[in-house]
Amino acid sequence: MCLGIPGQITTITDPVNQLATVDIGGVRRAVNIACIVDDQHPIDTCVGEWVLVHVGFALNRLDPDEAAATLALLDAIAAPE
Amino acid sequence: MQYVHEFRDPTKAQGLIQAITALGEQITAHRPGPIKIMEVCGGHTHAIFKYGLEALLPGTVELVHGPGCPVCIMPKGRLDDAIAIAQQPGVIFTTFGDAMRVPGSHLNLLQAKAQGADIRMVYSPLDALAIAKANPDQSVVFFAIGFETTAPSTALTVLQAQAEGVTNFSLFSNHVLVVPALQALLDNPDLALDGFVGPGHVSLVIGTHPYDPIAQQYHKPVVVSGFEPLDILQSVWMVLKQLAEGRCQVENQYTRLVQPDGNAVALKAMAQVFQVRPTFDWRGLGSIPASGLAISPAFAAFDAEQQFTIPGKTIADHRACACGDILKGVKKPWDCKVFGTACTPQTPIGACMVSTEGACAAYYNYGRRSRQSTPSAVKPPVQTSGPSPQTRPTTGELSPAEPGKIEQYC
Repeated sequence: MCLGIPGQITTITDPVNQLATVDIGGVRRAVNIACIVDDQHPIDTCVGEWVLVHVGFALNRLDPDEAAATLALLDAIAAPE
Repeated sequence: MQYVHEFRDPTKAQGLIQAITALGEQITAHRPGPIKIMEVCGGHTHAIFKYGLEALLPGTVELVHGPGCPVCIMPKGRLDDAIAIAQQPGVIFTTFGDAMRVPGSHLNLLQAKAQGADIRMVYSPLDALAIAKANPDQSVVFFAIGFETTAPSTALTVLQAQAEGVTNFSLFSNHVLVVPALQALLDNPDLALDGFVGPGHVSLVIGTHPYDPIAQQYHKPVVVSGFEPLDILQSVWMVLKQLAEGRCQVENQYTRLVQPDGNAVALKAMAQVFQVRPTFDWRGLGSIPASGLAISPAFAAFDAEQQFTIPGKTIADHRACACGDILKGVKKPWDCKVFGTACTPQTPIGACMVSTEGACAAYYNYGRRSRQSTPSAVKPPVQTSGPSPQTRPTTGELSPAEPGKIEQYC
């Protein structure tokens, strides 16, 4: 139910209703991006960003630096002593 | 797919399992085992079985499957209410596919549809709003279910309907809140838990601070986790690390998406449209104070409970069904008399068998149909050295186990 899938915003299709096309593993779908647009992140800067899509809404943007940090930590935990 | 494949690396999974095994032995050297960790979210339960993680964990660590499946905790009475609305003349009732086969006291939504009710499955509440705009002469109701992950989407849809002047759209709100349910579980003396793997997608909305009372008052570690297999294994390791070091803190494994304060836009939309109900009934858990969301009076025009007369009855669960104890983590699915016999994914008696995120459906679909089921009954997903006849072609990532049945849409 709380299923969320990462996707990349390719185009802004409706700035008034804050709708964008998001590429999710090759499938493109209209997604509402209201939750990731604010003063620091105006709508026209969102193209190319990776977001988590849930029931047609982008709930948050994915942070590539944090993803890399998690993978580095995983390496450290999983490394043989 | 970026942000997915790299979190399914089988080599790292094996390293994590070794690290988990070492910590498990260290902890259980000083106390009785196993260490019981509840994964709260049904999405985690599904991933744990899909990737065979439970079979990989050492005997010192036991995963308890929590109540974080909104379909599973939906009481029969609310299903009856939904069906009563759907059967009204002039109503188009829209719902996520997950809810279609949840049993009410007499019917489920699929059967009500077969009897003539106009019930349509949608992917998004925005699809329901589009149906309303395309059918101005009919009343379109959206069956709003889900935790804080989903509530912002329905709230934003109501705000859009209001902005566009759509007057034939309403919500039947059954949204529920995670933290009150966890507190109710922790107040149950039957349940002995050592820590929690917290729900990642709920937390990207609400942040990590709402879990502070669980660490501070109940003294249980909470690790907010992502949904890929390495995320879950790392989170189990982080809970164990806290236990080994005598800490009880809220930690965040899912930092690529979850911030401590959550998502401000989503929280604001929820606060605008919803208000917390005094109590809400959960299947198996009973009435839990301040655990559900109703539409606030300012948006009464979008509240199906105000627009329609509903039975509003409390209906007892089937006597043979152990969903309640399974949702509390007190029983395993195979402890239920009807599990896998009268109750299967095709003919579910309890809601834990309906949703793929329910513990019963997960146990049934992935071969854990009796206590005697050994890990070998589950196809091991981690690629070891050299292919075997049972080994699927290696793709360089942790591969899902084959479910015994076709997965539902969720």
